[in-house]
Amino acid sequence: MKSAKTTATDVLPAEGGLGNDALLEVDDLHVEFVTRAGLVKAVNGVSYSLRPGESLAVLGESGSGKSVTAQAIMGILDMPPARIPQGSIKFRGTDLLKLSEDARAQIRGQRIAMIFQDALSALNPVFSVGWQISEMFRVHRGMSKRDAMKKAVELMERVRIPAARQRVNDYPHQFSGGMRQRIMIAMSIALDPEVLIADEPTTALDVTVQAQIMELLAELQRESNMGLILITHDLGVVADVADKIAVMYAGRIVENAPVRDIYKNPGHPYTKGLLESIPRVDQKGQELYAIKGLPPNLLDMPSGCAFHPRCPYRQDNCVTDVPPLNEINLDRNSACHYWREVLDGSHG
Amino acid sequence: MAATGERVLEVRDLVKHFPLTQGIVFKRQIGQIKAVDGVSFDLHRGETLGVVGESGCGKSTLAKVLMALERPTSGSVKINGVDMAAAKGGALKRMRRNVQMVMQDPYTSLNPRMTVGDIIGEPYEIHPDVAPRGDRRRKVQELLEVVGLNPDHINRYPHQFSGGQRQRIGIARGLALQPEIIICDEPVSALDVSIQAQVINLLERLQNEFNLAYIFIAHDLSVVRHISDRVAVMYLGKLVELGKDTEIYDKPAHPYTQALLSAVPVPDPEGREQRERIILQGDPPSPANPPSGCRFRTRCWKAQEICAKEEPLLEIRAGTAHESACHFAESQDIVHA
Amino acid sequence: MSDIRPAGPLDPETQQSEALDQVAPATVPDTAQPGVPPSAQPKTKKKDGKPASLWTDAWYDLRRRPLFIGSAIMIFILVVMAIFPQLFTSVNPYDAATCQLIDARTPPSAGHLFGQDNQGCDVFAKTIYGARVSIMVGVTTMIVTALFGGLLGLIAGFRSGATDVILSRTTEIFFAIPLILGALLILVIFGRGNVWTVMLALSVLAWPMTFRIMRASVITAKNQDYVMAARALGAGAGRIMFRHILPNALAPVIVIAMINLGGFIAAEAALSYLGVGIQSPEISWGLMIADARDRFLEAWHPLIFPSIFLSITVLAFIMLGDAVRDALDPKLR
Repeated sequence: MKSAKTTATDVLPAEGGLGNDALLEVDDLHVEFVTRAGLVKAVNGVSYSLRPGESLAVLGESGSGKSVTAQAIMGILDMPPARIPQGSIKFRGTDLLKLSEDARAQIRGQRIAMIFQDALSALNPVFSVGWQISEMFRVHRGMSKRDAMKKAVELMERVRIPAARQRVNDYPHQFSGGMRQRIMIAMSIALDPEVLIADEPTTALDVTVQAQIMELLAELQRESNMGLILITHDLGVVADVADKIAVMYAGRIVENAPVRDIYKNPGHPYTKGLLESIPRVDQKGQELYAIKGLPPNLLDMPSGCAFHPRCPYRQDNCVTDVPPLNEINLDRNSACHYWREVLDGSHG
Repeated sequence: MAATGERVLEVRDLVKHFPLTQGIVFKRQIGQIKAVDGVSFDLHRGETLGVVGESGCGKSTLAKVLMALERPTSGSVKINGVDMAAAKGGALKRMRRNVQMVMQDPYTSLNPRMTVGDIIGEPYEIHPDVAPRGDRRRKVQELLEVVGLNPDHINRYPHQFSGGQRQRIGIARGLALQPEIIICDEPVSALDVSIQAQVINLLERLQNEFNLAYIFIAHDLSVVRHISDRVAVMYLGKLVELGKDTEIYDKPAHPYTQALLSAVPVPDPEGREQRERIILQGDPPSPANPPSGCRFRTRCWKAQEICAKEEPLLEIRAGTAHESACHFAESQDIVHA
Repeated sequence: MSDIRPAGPLDPETQQSEALDQVAPATVPDTAQPGVPPSAQPKTKKKDGKPASLWTDAWYDLRRRPLFIGSAIMIFILVVMAIFPQLFTSVNPYDAATCQLIDARTPPSAGHLFGQDNQGCDVFAKTIYGARVSIMVGVTTMIVTALFGGLLGLIAGFRSGATDVILSRTTEIFFAIPLILGALLILVIFGRGNVWTVMLALSVLAWPMTFRIMRASVITAKNQDYVMAARALGAGAGRIMFRHILPNALAPVIVIAMINLGGFIAAEAALSYLGVGIQSPEISWGLMIADARDRFLEAWHPLIFPSIFLSITVLAFIMLGDAVRDALDPKLR
């Protein structure tokens, strides 16, 4: 499928000047929220890059900062309470964070688009789906109503909505969950974006429909060569479509690697724990491996490595020193002091 | 684990239709949603029956009818031989002790204005004869310990706990009356991935400890496989396949089960190119207006004329060892293809 | 962008709120925020080992809000004023001997802080004594409407079906009558207005507001999972209603009651101003404003001071309601 592209993977933190063929480069991004209870550090130095035609999966639990990072890229964070004290988001070499709001609005939706988990609330209930899709063309391409509507039907066909011509004037509530997600996808790809961010696009959908949507996204990506960022908590979904994975925990990337490597031999105790806790056939009747403890509190982060209270590999320096993103090889990094032991599979 | 215990639950021809009405003051019925439409199965002591299906297939309605939160339109739900669907008042209240539930959303299933002690102790207030008043606090603390929470936290409020801990509180409440049957409606799907395994382990440990029978409703097929002794597959209000976990997962006979299994994303990129995937077209039809004959025929690649005319019954069919409801049932190994 | 509001990926504003809603639980935690582990609860101000309920949390939150502190202090002073006006002024304005007609409309001076009115009475003393009527009408009407509307709302929301339809339709009839106009009609029928008839007129017309809020929040609470869990345990209607539904449905009713209180005080003043409410020799701010109206150009002070007190009182209650709503609303935490 896309395996050929994987060889060109580069998930390393972008070093200045390098990676000029990258579409999107997030470098040392920090996002904080000022709340009544205190400063919430949601993202603490995240770096990743994306090339045309590449799919990057960002994997993490709620509170890991995966969605906040995406919202920072889109420029849809509410600021305040959010603020970005540090870092850059380069899109084709331009730092988005330094652009004016007008300039960002030009990029948002047209060149970087996003789809959300809940398609029903993201669609406006009082306009027909055709109207909402065609608005993209009317507003951004200055098309006439008739032409824009024609394009809307084409797009609906492209995302494989059956009987698109008849259904173009239907309203969002008349569609099923899967179809609504297709409409969202149609709107997001209307202006041929170069980057598509999909935030948990299938979480709200049934298994059989999930498969349809993931297949559709993969096909659209092949047709247009856009970069895809897939934000999810589901290890299974990721395995099927991603080229490379960035695993996030407590606002940091703890591991990034080509998709095959990570499943075969995880390099961070958290990733390893997640993979081991998935029920497997041969474990029937046995106790599942479970990561002990609770996800961290962003207001009161553990010292050193944020994962140390839950980590079976913990040593004294994990409590005191924040592990850097160690290079395992050219394609892989792990933010663990003991990544060698983790790779070896020996429990600490 | 094996289903050797005696039968504790016997469900026969269970039907739940919701009327579709129009008008506010003068209501008239314009149709009905056939949420559960003729479901039969047994549950044995200490056994786990997994129920899988997509949203709208009626699995949550099934849970509510089994809990006697909804009255069935017809059919029976017998607990140790007594029909709960027909019971009323005090008799029904006493029967409830035997069937409890664990709900999906740990954030909405606990009353935010009550302390954990009050929440877990409420079953004893409703059924005062189960535990004498002076004994209750100790019992609540025991329960907290059983589900892996600190008994000293008895005076805390739900919002002071994380999702996984709240789910443990919900489980403790379900255990308070020492039921024989616990109905788990998507008990882990609202939890963080790293927490799900903890809760599944807890449920399994409790099952062994108290010899509980579970009805485990979930959409995550790998979780269901892990915990279930038998699995029922539901589609549009009907069971389409019912068998031992190994039979359902290794030799699925119904095309819907096969499609469901093949759609499960597998956390293994190695297999992604070889795996044969059956991607179903379209969405499930509306339960208000299900297709004639076999309800799956509109999405089925095997559909023939007979499927529209004749409804396939859930029975053991030629070439298969377990019950399935398909005219063209045929075992097929999907996962290991 | 065009005039319509597309909710597609292009519209930053709709997406913004939507997107933040999705992350909020995890990334912007606050004390009562689900998703934050307990160890994390930052304001574990449980020095005495007492648990924090949502109410105590709200109280903790309120104490740190300037808006709440300001309005609470104001209301405290007003209430003391209403009960013990003697503490603030030695002049008893009900005593006609304190009025010197010859000094009518004298501007503020050291002896008469707010000056004197058309009858030569001390405006300061009258303003202080005027608080009593306002607070009495406001508080009593609030309590009556909250209890009556709240009770009916609880029944309508809990029972649904025919009971609900009958109660709701009845309420809508009352709801259609504008408060001031309706109260004016009722008071005209009664003839001479006094504190009790004004309270009665306002109560008769204002309970539907509480009814609606209560009914809506009862219906919301009724459909929560924890109510289902209680039913599954075999809990009876009484337990479900008073243990599970009412405590969770109460917050919005309390808030609306406080905000309404300000409205009732304003309504009393308006009715008195229109001549159908409180009648002299009773003292009320509305009445004082009405008396001062005609000679405003000659003497501004008899009008301005009661007006300021009235505005501050109404505002204080509305602000208090606002602060309490923010503290109780889990979505804002």
